Amino acid sequence: MSVETATVPQEAKKEALFSKKNRRVLRDPLDDNNPITVQVLGICSALAVTVQVKPALIMAIGVTLVTAFSSLIVSLIRDSIPGRIRMIVQLVVVALLVTLVDQILKAYMFDVSKKLSVFVGLIITNCIVMGRLEAFAMSKKPWPSFLDGIGNGVGYGIILVVVAVIREVFGSGTLLGFKVVPQFLYDMGYVNNGMMMLPPMALFLIGIYIWIQRARNPKLFNVS
Amino acid sequence: MEHYLNMFIKAVFVENAIFAFFLGMCSYLAVSKKIKTASGLGIAVIFVMVLTTPLNYIILEHLLKPGALAWVHPSLATVDLTFLAFILFISTIAGAVQLVEMVVEKFSPALYNSLGIFLPLITVNCSILGASLFMQEREYNFSETLVFSVGTGTGFFLAIVLMAAIRERLRYSNIPNPLQGLGIAMIITGLMAMAFLSFSGIQL
Repeated sequence: MSVETATVPQEAKKEALFSKKNRRVLRDPLDDNNPITVQVLGICSALAVTVQVKPALIMAIGVTLVTAFSSLIVSLIRDSIPGRIRMIVQLVVVALLVTLVDQILKAYMFDVSKKLSVFVGLIITNCIVMGRLEAFAMSKKPWPSFLDGIGNGVGYGIILVVVAVIREVFGSGTLLGFKVVPQFLYDMGYVNNGMMMLPPMALFLIGIYIWIQRARNPKLFNVS
Repeated sequence: MEHYLNMFIKAVFVENAIFAFFLGMCSYLAVSKKIKTASGLGIAVIFVMVLTTPLNYIILEHLLKPGALAWVHPSLATVDLTFLAFILFISTIAGAVQLVEMVVEKFSPALYNSLGIFLPLITVNCSILGASLFMQEREYNFSETLVFSVGTGTGFFLAIVLMAAIRERLRYSNIPNPLQGLGIAMIITGLMAMAFLSFSGIQL
């Protein structure tokens, strides 16, 4: 959890909202410090919701919102949290936000909420949220913490959507529910790859993604 | 009796927390480098899971469900508090873990030394909260909840010890540089998940 490369200036008196350092806080988690493939956080839910693109997108948005706002809130109250019970305080803040997301999903997108089933609730124990709270928000100012939350949420979302697109296109020949594999290919004997729909394939795809990313960027070797 | 045995087998093998639902993957990947620490974490997970899932069942049944508050006062029979389930479940888990940590530290320092470091990790282990949420979604009764929690915990224990054994061997093999560590761990977990798929459909 301690792979923290971004540093944020403490003296930010008149710092612009999107100064160079804040931009780095936002951009780093997208690739070099990606929460899933480099920091090894939040893999639990990343795999189970990636059979189709739509639930994966909704999940990514939900996690981004929860990470960003819980970082903001915890960073705002960080000086008044007693050290011994800080975990419970953080969990209650996160659980509150997740309950909001869950109720909104149930009200406006009931079918997706049914498909995600327990995985919305499991955002609470998603290690990305807790990991970023512990490693960043507990010691940094609110605005960089908020950006860090958004960056990590989007970094998580990128992996989710990449895996989901591959699994949906090759597994069922559709993308967001629309047919993308043309009919004449089926006529010629093309068959959807049923393996893509099964859980192990998500693990293989993330393994291959990590392989490609580390091959391109040798400084990530042996991170964990 | 057969029903419960069936549920247990299903929770351990067919719907293994890690290989079918990917619950608890974070600690599974982080702590599976040595068999000894892996089995320590596995035992701690079984313990906390068997403690908290039935506790959450009682909370759900007697405080949260529609009409569950009727025992306090008949006029509360229409109250439905299920939307509070997330907050109460996670508070129960965090509180129970803290309590267990203190009790174990006081009465059995030897056990604390072997399990203690894992206890804070377990609060944020997805499989613990996941078991409670599945219990709510699938509407188990009390004894089913008990069997289910023992089964899920055992499944996690089995998975993490198996993985640790493979990774101890893996240290001597020649893996391409970019794939070392996390990459190969993912692919091996995938292969193990495929092996576990062959259990699907088993009924006693």
